[in-house]
This record gives sequence, C-alpha cells and structure tokens, in this order.
Amino acid sequence: MNLAAILPELILTVSAIVLMMVAALGRRMTPVTTWASVAALIAACFALLGQPQSAGALFGGLIVADGFGAFGKLICFVSAAVAIVAAHGWFERGSEHGAEYPVLILFASVGMAVMVSSTSLMTLYVGLELSSLASYVLASYRRTDERSAEAGLKYFVLGALASGILLYGISLLYGFTGTTGFAGVAAAFARDATPSIGLLFGLVFTLAGLAFKISAVPFHMWTPDVYEGAPTPVTAFFASAPKAAAVLLSTRVCLEAMAPATDAWRQIVIFAALASIFLGAIAAYGQTNIKRLLAYSSINNVGFALIGLAAGTATGASAILFYMAIYVVMTLGAFLCVLRMRTADGQPVETLASLSGLSQTRPALAWAIAFFMFSLAGIPPFFGFWPKLLVFWAAVGAGYYPLAVVGILGAVIGAYYYLKIVKIMFFDAPAEPYGKVRAPLETALIFLSALVISPVGYFLIGPLGRLADNAAGSLF
Amino acid sequence: MIGLDHYLTVAAILFTIGVLGIFLNRRNIILMLMAIELILLAVNINLVAFSAFLGDLTGQVFAMFVLTVAAAEAAIGLAILVIFFRRRGSIAVDDADRMRG
Repeated sequence: MNLAAILPELILTVSAIVLMMVAALGRRMTPVTTWASVAALIAACFALLGQPQSAGALFGGLIVADGFGAFGKLICFVSAAVAIVAAHGWFERGSEHGAEYPVLILFASVGMAVMVSSTSLMTLYVGLELSSLASYVLASYRRTDERSAEAGLKYFVLGALASGILLYGISLLYGFTGTTGFAGVAAAFARDATPSIGLLFGLVFTLAGLAFKISAVPFHMWTPDVYEGAPTPVTAFFASAPKAAAVLLSTRVCLEAMAPATDAWRQIVIFAALASIFLGAIAAYGQTNIKRLLAYSSINNVGFALIGLAAGTATGASAILFYMAIYVVMTLGAFLCVLRMRTADGQPVETLASLSGLSQTRPALAWAIAFFMFSLAGIPPFFGFWPKLLVFWAAVGAGYYPLAVVGILGAVIGAYYYLKIVKIMFFDAPAEPYGKVRAPLETALIFLSALVISPVGYFLIGPLGRLADNAAGSLF
Repeated sequence: MIGLDHYLTVAAILFTIGVLGIFLNRRNIILMLMAIELILLAVNINLVAFSAFLGDLTGQVFAMFVLTVAAAEAAIGLAILVIFFRRRGSIAVDDADRMRG
C-alpha cells in the first residue's frame, strides 16, 4: 500500500483532528488553529508537488493519484488557505467563536481532495458528503445571526436532497453495471450501443445530484440565499474550493465513468450550461446585494465551464481546468474586496448602493473591484477573457458552433451587470465612506490576485496551460 | 416469489414519497428531515437488493457507508435546526423567509 501517494490527505486529516482538540480549549486558540491550518494546507500543497504523479490506482481502485487530481487538489488547498486567511479577524469581532472555522475548512478540504481523486462511486459519495457536511456547518457558523442560521438550514435541506438524488442514481448505476468502479461502469456503458433504461436513469439522477453541487441551473435555487446568508469568508470559500472540486468531479465522472455514453449526457450538459449562463446573467440584474450578485456570477461562470465539458474532448477538459484555476482567483479576489466593505465602526455592509462613488473615497479598492469585475465579465485585456476563449475553442473544436455562439451571446449579456458595478463606483455621487481595515496580508492577496487577472497574467498561459493539458491527459 | 423488481418498486415508491415530502410539506422542518431519511433508506433498499441479486458484497458495504453518513447528516441537521429555532422561535417551513428566493 502506497501511503506516500495520499500524503496530502493524511497531513490534512491528522492536523484537522489535532486542531479540533486544540479548538476545544477556547477562543484564545483562534490564532493557533488559523495559522496551523494554513500551514497544514501549504504543507499538503508541497506534498502534492513532491508526490509521484502517476502512482495509479490505489486501495483496490477506490482512488487514483494522477495529474488531474493533483491539479484539482492544488486549486482546492490554495483557495481553502485564502478563505482561512480572509476570515482572520472577522469572527473575533462578534460574540462568535472563531477557533473551529479553520478546522471545518480542513475537513472540507479532505473531502474535496477525495472527490477530485475518486475513481469509485463509493469514494465519490464519501468525499462529497465529507465536504458537504462541513459546508452545512460553515454556512450557519454565525449562530447569533438569523440569516446565517437560515442559510445553513436551506443549504442543509436542499443539499441532503441532492445527495439523496445522487445516491439513488449511484444505486441504479451499481445495480445495472454490477460494479462501483469508474472503469467497470464505463465498460458496462460500452457493452450496448444504446444504454439500458436503468443505466440511463442512473446517469440522469447522478448528473442531477452533481448539478446541484456545482449549482448549475435547474438546481441552482439554493445558491443566492446561501451565499447571501452565510458569513462572507464562508461565502468566499463556497464560491471557490467546493465549486471547483465539484466541477472537476463532474468532469471525471462524465469523461471517465460515462465516456461511452457521451451522447446521452452531452445534451444534459449543454442544457445546464446554456441555462446557467443565461439565468446567471439575467437574474443578476435586479440584485442590490453584492453577495447575491456574486452568487449569480458564480452560476454564470459554472455555465461556461460546462461548455468545456460538453465538448467531451481532452482540449475541453484542459479548458475546464484552466477555467476553474482562473475563476477561483477572480472570485476570491472579489470576495476579499467585499470583506473590506465595512462601516466606520467595523460593521459589514453588502449593498451595491454603498459602493457608489468609491473611486473618490477609496480609489485603490475601487480599482481592485473594477479589475475583478472586468475579468469576471471576460473583457479582453483582462486575463478572465482567456479561459472563456479556451472553452469556446474546445466547443468549436468538437464541432459545436451554435453552442459557442450562444455562449458568447450570454457572456455579452452578463457583462452588463459587471459593468453596472463599475459605473456605480466610478460615476455615482460618493456615499458614506467605508471604515479603514488594517490587514496587510489580505491587501497583499488582493494585489496578487489582481495581478494574476490583469494582462500580466498572460505570462501564465504557457506554464498553467501545460499543467492543465497534462492533467487533462490523465483522463483519456 | 419476491424478485428484484419488487424491491426496486418499493424503493422507488419510498424515494418518491421522500422527495414529495420535501416539496409538498409546508408545515414543519422536522418532517423534511424525516423525508430525507426516507430517501436514504430507499437507496439502501436498492443497494442491498442489487447486492443480493448480483451476489456482490460491494452494495452492502455501500449501504453501511450510507447509514453512517445519514447518522452524521441527521446530527448536523438537527443542530442547525436548533440554532434556527433559537433565533426565530419556530420551525415552520414558511418562516425561513429572511432572504428572498
């Protein structure tokens, strides 16, 4: 048994269990658990870089250590670390207890690591649940806040329902293929020219459950409420790491376990992609809360990533990996800016109206937000444009011209509300100025992510593209 | 003689009752938790029936995992319900309306 291949998961699991004990000592342990968790995540990243990329199937084919999983874990661990840093100082202000927050993020990270490297329906389920259960608790973390408790409740009920639907699909796949391994499922799909009705039901239920976890459109209804109600650092976490992990998990399930049934799932994925792009773009119009708006933005972005999946090729898979890496940087940067929106006495504000005239009161913050908005909209000089181009390229390369054209149309519609924020900040009369927040590390992170998504980011195309290509190659 | 399809039918009916229980019930969140349990148990019937039919143990191992996760899920669900009740003094579904949508 090759334990070195699961070293990142071992590091995170052991440190999460130890830190859970430390957190029990009381709230003065908050800095200890925070920095120890960040250190554990960084250590896990290094363990990831050092480990053999091609250890192959482990534990009787339950999980696999390959480039695809390593890429996904890297995205998840880095975003989790940023989400922990972003919360530093956030939970100490109120009566809340902040020491468990990093521990819960660590548990969720272990779950996500299992998700992106699972090659069996059983590990898929266990990983997904581990990250979901930690997420339910995180959503309701500010227990004195009504909206946080409600967000947790909604997330829990709908998340459990989605897990149930996914499980029902998995049970059908198991029954009609006789195995839970992805390879065995693919072999069973390949046996017949048209999959049996039982297999098709299994496929549809499984994809529906996964669509909930990535908040693709028919199953997106929880997203705006949960994103608005959850504490802002938690929302930043939800929008980045678990979303990337679920997108990569769906990619692996579609391209590895269901590859012979591509024609069956492609129409579902195309529908979900286009519906997400358009609903994400249109429903964001009337929003007045920045967190709700970013929730719709994340629905919109998932739609673009799914276009890469609909292509069903190695180019498409590589485009998804590239897309998620850049999406995570843009989203975390935007949420780090949202964390700066506080009144003079330190109370968080979330309304779009409070942003008005920000370019005069806080020019640096206004420019940073403008950078992230332009990049999320995919406007050319910014780096957010490149991953969108890659997914459209992949769709065109697979011969799906109408899909690419409609997708680009959706991107244009979506650009409206991103630009509306820029207009509010730069051309409206100044509102009450925000209070000063002293957090040099977060400022550095905002600067770094702004740098990555600025035109300077184009230097990353070479190395990141090669990494994504290698990772996607391990699926085929 | 009771065959595989009998088990699958029972599981499908239980699953449907569970899903409807979440969407049609407007009264009480506890009922939602019960509906979720019903869904998970329907899946377990499926898994165990398939496992026995195929002569393959994987399905029964999977059912054990589902039971374990369902227990953890119920614990977390009830804990969230308790903090919700403390703030709102009610566990009616229609009272979860602080946010639009």
